Amino acid sequence: MSAQAAGRRPRVFIVDDHGLFRSGVRSELGDQVEVVGEADDVQPAITGIARCEPDVVLLDVHLPGGGGQDVVSEITKSHPQVRFLALSASDAPEDVIAVIRAGARGYVTKTISGAELVGAIRRVAAGDAVFSPRLAGFVLDAFASAQPDQRLRPAFDTELDQLTPRERDVLRLIARGYTYKEIGRELFISAKTVESHVSSVLRKLQLSTRHQLTRWAAERRLN
Amino acid sequence: MDERPDSAGSSQETSQSAPTSQSPDTGQPGCQAPWPSGRRRSDRWLGRGWEFDWQGSARTGPQPRRAGVWPRDGGPLRRQQEDRLAGGVATGISLRTGIGVNAVRTAFVITSLISGFGAAVYVLAWLFVPADGESGNIASRAQADRRGIGLAAAAASALALVLLIAALLHVGWIGSLSWPPVIALAGLVLIWRNASPAEQAVLRRLSEPLLGDTSAGQPSRRGLRITIAAVLIIAGLVILLSEHLNRLDLRPLAGVALMFAAIVVLLGPWWLRIARDLMAERQARIRAEERAEMASRVHDSVLQTLALIQRRADDPQQVVSLARAQERELRSWLFDGRAPGSLDGLATTLAGGVRLIQQDVEAQHGIVVEAISVGDCELDADLSALLAAAREATVNAAKWSGASAVTLFAEVEPDAVSVFVRDRGRGFDPDAVPEDRKGLAESVHARMARRGGSATVRSAPGKGTEVALTMPRTAGQREPSPAT
Repeated sequence: MSAQAAGRRPRVFIVDDHGLFRSGVRSELGDQVEVVGEADDVQPAITGIARCEPDVVLLDVHLPGGGGQDVVSEITKSHPQVRFLALSASDAPEDVIAVIRAGARGYVTKTISGAELVGAIRRVAAGDAVFSPRLAGFVLDAFASAQPDQRLRPAFDTELDQLTPRERDVLRLIARGYTYKEIGRELFISAKTVESHVSSVLRKLQLSTRHQLTRWAAERRLN
Repeated sequence: MDERPDSAGSSQETSQSAPTSQSPDTGQPGCQAPWPSGRRRSDRWLGRGWEFDWQGSARTGPQPRRAGVWPRDGGPLRRQQEDRLAGGVATGISLRTGIGVNAVRTAFVITSLISGFGAAVYVLAWLFVPADGESGNIASRAQADRRGIGLAAAAASALALVLLIAALLHVGWIGSLSWPPVIALAGLVLIWRNASPAEQAVLRRLSEPLLGDTSAGQPSRRGLRITIAAVLIIAGLVILLSEHLNRLDLRPLAGVALMFAAIVVLLGPWWLRIARDLMAERQARIRAEERAEMASRVHDSVLQTLALIQRRADDPQQVVSLARAQERELRSWLFDGRAPGSLDGLATTLAGGVRLIQQDVEAQHGIVVEAISVGDCELDADLSALLAAAREATVNAAKWSGASAVTLFAEVEPDAVSVFVRDRGRGFDPDAVPEDRKGLAESVHARMARRGGSATVRSAPGKGTEVALTMPRTAGQREPSPAT
């Protein structure tokens, strides 16, 4: 965790179309973070975030005026320092992957506890990636088909298009419900190394040109 | 066996199956085969974080230098488990003497064809030489198997009779075979009944084309057998008719028939009794298996509900709805044949089954189940058993762990399907669970073992519990992952 995150409370902006949920999150977060604003749709969110310049945006994947990824891509153009943590009750992997590919640094389900959510916000504020078990499962699934055989792998599959065995181990353990610390113990590596593996997976997820990922993202992009 | 030394002090594992060796390259456990890629990997080896071998036998065989030649060592003659075609005798001899394994195999085949001698020697070696990693040989186990000895004697006497008749009829080369094939057959019967489960699996694989798979879906093999039998009968008739056109020459045949009848009258009842005994034994085994299956079903449904009702006795609404649901389930089991906890007709794929478990357990126990599945495949009997065990483990976590959420992770890999059920609840000491607590022992461990899978429980008081279930996929289900 960086000095910035530890030093002061992260400034958080909440985007969700359910007022009840927003106030629920607000009270759960308590004074652990500073909630600087909230919005209930894509357009209000874009203007609000541009005005407040928060550290972290808690972003619902589904919004009435479009997907959360529109907010991410719009804000990232003008305010690249703002970081996004996707939050959703949705089960659809393509929605989640689309938001991540648009630039969100993590994904958690809405069932997450308050304390865990604060931890996730801190981690995103510090520039790390946050993978919930479900996101880890999605990512494993999305990359799984690229792993059949070393010889069959097409030559154009770059390093970005596949996970290393270590990254897969880490993702599996996340999907099994292990914390970073427990994963470190299990694999004999430091929690910091686990974090760097996760960040590397996130980078691959965002930059890979594998057409399955591209297709998922493209199908969901509402222009 | 604990691969996390730093947690060994607090957490313990019980295991149906002993996890065995880990890949030597500890940097990437289970990701690379520890032996050269050209070698045939035994199906029992399922790679992942650690490797399960549900037979519980450790792989101790030496590493081959290159395919076909095993480095010579000075140890006693042992049948090798790896790189075996049948009993591992040739590989063992090759390992002991330094002769190439293919040369040994060729020698066995040639001597078998010439006089049957090779086959007899091979089978006797199979019987008397212990397998690598096992202490006793099969023969010592066979001594206690009265019925097996009887069956071997019956089969041998029947074959001897056939050979005798063939010799009397001077039917070409068959007559030149004498005692070796009889010995080989008797030996094979004993091996069949007394070999370790791993070796029995090898035998089954070898004999599949001969005996045919009685399960559905093998009409072509049955057709093949019928064709072969028809060809043999026609050939026999043609030889008889062409060689013995003169009716007088058929007289010795009548003598043979009389002799044959006499032997059948003498030995027939004995053969019949042995066949009946075998059938009875088989039926008893099937009944025992059914009873175990039934017990675990009842445990999963009725006993579970009764326990729930006791815990919620203060909420009549809940009790009524639980009782109704149980009644519905029981009825559909008794009258429609849909077993409780089974996914028949509700889910046809693994991921669908996982979602179903999530929904049911969340509805029944009011706990959050985070269900994640990676990959998917069609359900078969083995995978349904895996799901039933996973469900039981999830219900167990919901009932006893005290945690508010359970993580259920299923992954389909080319050669195995794994399910992990993890909670962060109170945990328990796996060694301290009494024998009569059915949940884990019967529903999870036994259910997996009956189907050739494995179950490992990792838990410690205060540290939560993780149940790891792995079911190997049979060859028929394996299909290459679609390339994208």
